[in-house]
Amino acid sequence: MNTLFILISPLVTPGIGLIFWTTLCFLLLIVLLGKYAWKPILGAIKEREEGITKALESAEKAKLEMKELVAGNEKILEQARAERDAMLKKARETKDSIVNEAKAKSKTEADRILASAREQITNEKNAAITELKNQVATLSIEIAEKILKSELSSDEKQKQLVNTLMKDVNLN
Amino acid sequence: MSKRTLFLTVFLILSGLFSAKISASEPVEPEVSAHDSLKSGAAHHEAKEGKIDMTKLAFEHILDSHYWHFWGEGEGTVAVALPCIVYSNTKGLQFFSASVFHHGHEAYGDYLLEEPNIVSNNPEEKIYDLSITKNVVQLLLSSALLLWIFISIAKAYKNTGVTSAPTGKQSFFEPLITFVRDDIAKTNIGSKSDRFVPYLLTVFFLILINNVLGMIPFGANLTGNIAFTLVLSVFTLILTNVNGNANYWKHILLPPVPKALYIMMIPLEIIGIFTKPFALMIRLFANMTAGHMIVISLIGLIFMFETLLISPVSVAFTLFIDILECLVAILQAYIFTLLTSLFIGSACADHHEEGHSESDAQEIL
Repeated sequence: MNTLFILISPLVTPGIGLIFWTTLCFLLLIVLLGKYAWKPILGAIKEREEGITKALESAEKAKLEMKELVAGNEKILEQARAERDAMLKKARETKDSIVNEAKAKSKTEADRILASAREQITNEKNAAITELKNQVATLSIEIAEKILKSELSSDEKQKQLVNTLMKDVNLN
Repeated sequence: MSKRTLFLTVFLILSGLFSAKISASEPVEPEVSAHDSLKSGAAHHEAKEGKIDMTKLAFEHILDSHYWHFWGEGEGTVAVALPCIVYSNTKGLQFFSASVFHHGHEAYGDYLLEEPNIVSNNPEEKIYDLSITKNVVQLLLSSALLLWIFISIAKAYKNTGVTSAPTGKQSFFEPLITFVRDDIAKTNIGSKSDRFVPYLLTVFFLILINNVLGMIPFGANLTGNIAFTLVLSVFTLILTNVNGNANYWKHILLPPVPKALYIMMIPLEIIGIFTKPFALMIRLFANMTAGHMIVISLIGLIFMFETLLISPVSVAFTLFIDILECLVAILQAYIFTLLTSLFIGSACADHHEEGHSESDAQEIL
């Protein structure tokens, strides 16, 4: 037991020399490493981390902007489409109105032409009928004239006629 | 892969046991010859006493030394004598090489080398041994290594800019640095963590590098030395109490208990200030020392059994323990840093954060 104590005692007795040198070295290390190593290293790591964070943020931002841009484009397209539709509709309406107007106009013109034609026809017809009547009258007179001439060409025949006429009168 | 490793381990253990049995049942002569060869090889002067003193060897391995010992014993020793610095109240500062002691066999004036210390024969002289011992050499080397690694990394950041991906050392250490900053400092200290991150990084990497260097053959057991862990935990103690806010001191001096218990609670709380860093000191010291002790003991089995046939067992177990020690090396660096930040966090936390971090501390302790 005693030998064990003698063996262990130097193990747990801190030597003044090593305490001195450790303190010195440790303080020097803290100062030197702190100034020439940890400060720049930690600074650089921090800077990089901040850079990464910033890059991520700006990427996110760009994404949002892109989204907005796309949405804007969509909107403009939609607007253009609506405008086009409206224009088309208007054009169609104009065309229809022009066609209808033309149709109406041509119809009245046709009607007018028809009416005047019909009037002319009626006039011509009336004129023709009048002429025909005149000619028929003239013809009838000529025929009557000729018939009379032939009927009354001999005395016998004149007598006969008078007889026939007289017969008719006798009845009354 | 893991199945293969397991198989290999089991095989080595079984073959070791088997060969040990065979050697026990064999006639005496081969054992004697093995014994002789060991004696003639490694252990020159111990051979006269008949056996290697494994306990002494193990403690020599773990303790500090004024020599950087590589291999061999006695005449065949290959070791570097390190510079000695002694402050004496009578003679002032003295510088000399450890070679003057001839491995502790000779005295230098009044001074004797009784590893790990230099002591004086003169009862009136009081000396302080400030020698550059093996541990101090490793401390200096590791500090230089840390400075080189991290200053060159800092330069790499400056040269390549922050937008390019890290390469080489930079990419290896950056996750560790961010781990200490985010998961150790920020989690436990909270909003004020930025101030302590450089200190915590220094502690973490100093312990880590010395844990790793200690595992390499010929490396010194610096983090398993109580003087080293003492200094680090004293720094933790100072930092914790200097940064203690009103809440922290109120908790110690006016604890939330009935006034009658103050006579018991206040001394307990004051002791508590010191027990936390004390536990920190003991934990790192004991973990690292224990690991080294197990490894040297397993290797020592060969010398204790005095047969090379036990070596497969020793090697297999040493391999296993070494792999475990790799984990421990990282784990202990992490735990030391974590607990330091936890103590600082509980000292400077706002009231609502306090309860949370303290319960965490107790869980880990």
